[in-house]
Amino acid sequence: MNILMAILTLGGMALIAGIVLAVASRAFHVEGDPMVDKIDAVLPQTQCGQCGYPGCVPYATAVASGEADVNLCVPGGERSMLAIADLMGVPPKEVEEEAAVPMLAFVREDECIGCTLCIKACPVDAIIGAPKQYHTVIEDHCTGCTLCVEPCPVDCIDMVEKEQVLEEWTWAAPGKRPSVPQTLHKDEENHAASTV
Amino acid sequence: MLPALFERFGLNQLWPTGGFPGGVHPPEHKITADSPIIELPLPPQLILPLKQHIGEICAPLVEVGQHVLRGQKIAKSQGYVSASVHAPTSGTVVGVQDHAVPHPSGMGRPCLMIEPDGEDRPDESRAPISDYRNEDPALIRERIRMSGIVGLGGAVFPTFIKMLRDQRHPVQTVILNGAECEPYLTCDHRLMLEHAHDVLRGMDVIMHAVNAQNGVVAIEDNKPDAIAVMRGAIEAAGMDNVEVRTLPTRYPQGGEKQLIQTITGKQVPEGRLPLHVGVLCQNVGTAKAIHDAVCLGVPLIKRVVTISGDAVPNPANVCVRIGTPIPFVLAQCGLEDLNDVRLIHGGPMMGERLPRTHVPLVKSTNGILAFHRQSLYSEQAVEEPCIRCGHCVEVCPAGLVPNELAWHCRNDQFDRGQDYNLFDCIECGCCSYVCPSHIPLVHYFRYAKGQVAKIEKERAFAELSKARSEARDNRLAREQAERAARRSKVRKQHAPAADKAAKTAEKKTDEGKTGEGKTEAVKKEGDKA
Repeated sequence: MNILMAILTLGGMALIAGIVLAVASRAFHVEGDPMVDKIDAVLPQTQCGQCGYPGCVPYATAVASGEADVNLCVPGGERSMLAIADLMGVPPKEVEEEAAVPMLAFVREDECIGCTLCIKACPVDAIIGAPKQYHTVIEDHCTGCTLCVEPCPVDCIDMVEKEQVLEEWTWAAPGKRPSVPQTLHKDEENHAASTV
Repeated sequence: MLPALFERFGLNQLWPTGGFPGGVHPPEHKITADSPIIELPLPPQLILPLKQHIGEICAPLVEVGQHVLRGQKIAKSQGYVSASVHAPTSGTVVGVQDHAVPHPSGMGRPCLMIEPDGEDRPDESRAPISDYRNEDPALIRERIRMSGIVGLGGAVFPTFIKMLRDQRHPVQTVILNGAECEPYLTCDHRLMLEHAHDVLRGMDVIMHAVNAQNGVVAIEDNKPDAIAVMRGAIEAAGMDNVEVRTLPTRYPQGGEKQLIQTITGKQVPEGRLPLHVGVLCQNVGTAKAIHDAVCLGVPLIKRVVTISGDAVPNPANVCVRIGTPIPFVLAQCGLEDLNDVRLIHGGPMMGERLPRTHVPLVKSTNGILAFHRQSLYSEQAVEEPCIRCGHCVEVCPAGLVPNELAWHCRNDQFDRGQDYNLFDCIECGCCSYVCPSHIPLVHYFRYAKGQVAKIEKERAFAELSKARSEARDNRLAREQAERAARRSKVRKQHAPAADKAAKTAEKKTDEGKTGEGKTEAVKKEGDKA
């Protein structure tokens, strides 16, 4: 009899807990995988496909499912890798490719034939133009992903280094020598270099 | 730290009020204190950066080859937080180009080049407002805005913004900052001695503009002559509501928040302005510039600068046109050869080393210090491990824990750094000054602040890119759906008619065949003919 009571009590508790859990999973259902969103948030969103996946969300999905490594994002560099490894709870891995300097696409407009192929390739709609009108890149929106270079039939798109401006300059870490840009003024004295 | 603890336990009465925590007293080296202000001659060329203030860059109003007059506006502000640029003398605009500016990066900015014609003819379009006491404060503010006046203590924040009348936060006290706590610098000291009357009138303009009840002229006790002169001038002017307050000589007494704490006993809370505690703080140089702009109608075209340091043969206080190349100014003080000389823009504690020498003197230049390479401390100092002596904590005027903070900044743990209130650091340099291990603490904080801003910017850009990418995906999906819908619609419309169409098509081909035969026949006939 005692055994029966124990079984009934525990069984009843299990039943109640089960019902509560079932209701909660319905009531607080989360659309999508929260891990994918978290990983996507630390990616640089260049949509460049250098990781081998067609965009940042697909890569985040692959990492979340354990299919892809944490160190494949090239533009994100070490910082993204560390953040992803932290989220996934796996040991950090070396980023194989060195993150390049920030680049921008530039259309040589006099050579552009207006084929719109690059416009279709741009993942962030940063190229404007119309058929048979030359195209141009919106500098502020270009992520430097290089996806527009390949489709161009006349090879008129160059990747140029993003110009460093004074407003975006920040102090280098102590001990690292700051780089001083080339001479800006003809009258610049020779000792400019020696005062660095 | 300790004052905060006292406050928490309601014991702040025990803590000596009327002072900021920490601070240092470095050797003063005020070697130019007795040298009167010298007016410098015009240089062969003036270089005027289009941005010499905090805020938006200006747009040039003049073209190359155009002749300008002294005081003529040559670049206008493009945003609210901005200050226009005026021609320091009459002459010809010879170029608009990038030129190196006094900045630790050594990078350039768009600058206007002016070749003086030597006549120095003034632009007299701006009439003086002599009866400013009966003038609308909004008009005075507008005059200050039009005159391109910025905070001349070194922060170069547009002055007119600080003078906004806010109903919710009325200004009770105007503090005139004559502390000049940085070693070597004496330009404010000389200005108070030689132009006491103008400085006080400038202060009166400010007090009228913001409707302040009382004013305080704050001077450190290492300048007894300036204190006496200012007291005398106040008495002569009959300004009953203004007093001179003598402050203990302690760096950074002249920091805005520190000065307010010393004088009013109130702390400006994190992220708030002096306005929120009913105080407006202006440098004595700014007060003089306001006097010139309002009472004389002269915009900000020159300023007083201290030229000092052990490499300068004749250290002096000079009154220079803004835009004068720094090598020209140094040559006037006897320093021609700049090899093996290190230039510091500003004071030795907060100033920045200039990687380039051919740069113009700008609105923020309160001092130019030239040192021999070997006498510069940072040249020999080698960073050693922190020994946790805690001196930096004792001297920090912002009540931070610099050693812990630097530890996080060094390891790129910027979020931890922000937990230690990284952005409350005023970069005064007290911690680096006292550190026995020669750790460049302020450099670490500047690095971390820059990195935090950079990461924030990158994150914002990533968000924007993501939004654009999502918008593109949605658009592509929508276009595809529309195309599919259109196709199915066309198919549905033509579905019943499809069979008919097929039949007519067949008929047409038959007719076509006969038609072709006809033409062929015609052709053959033609050939025969």
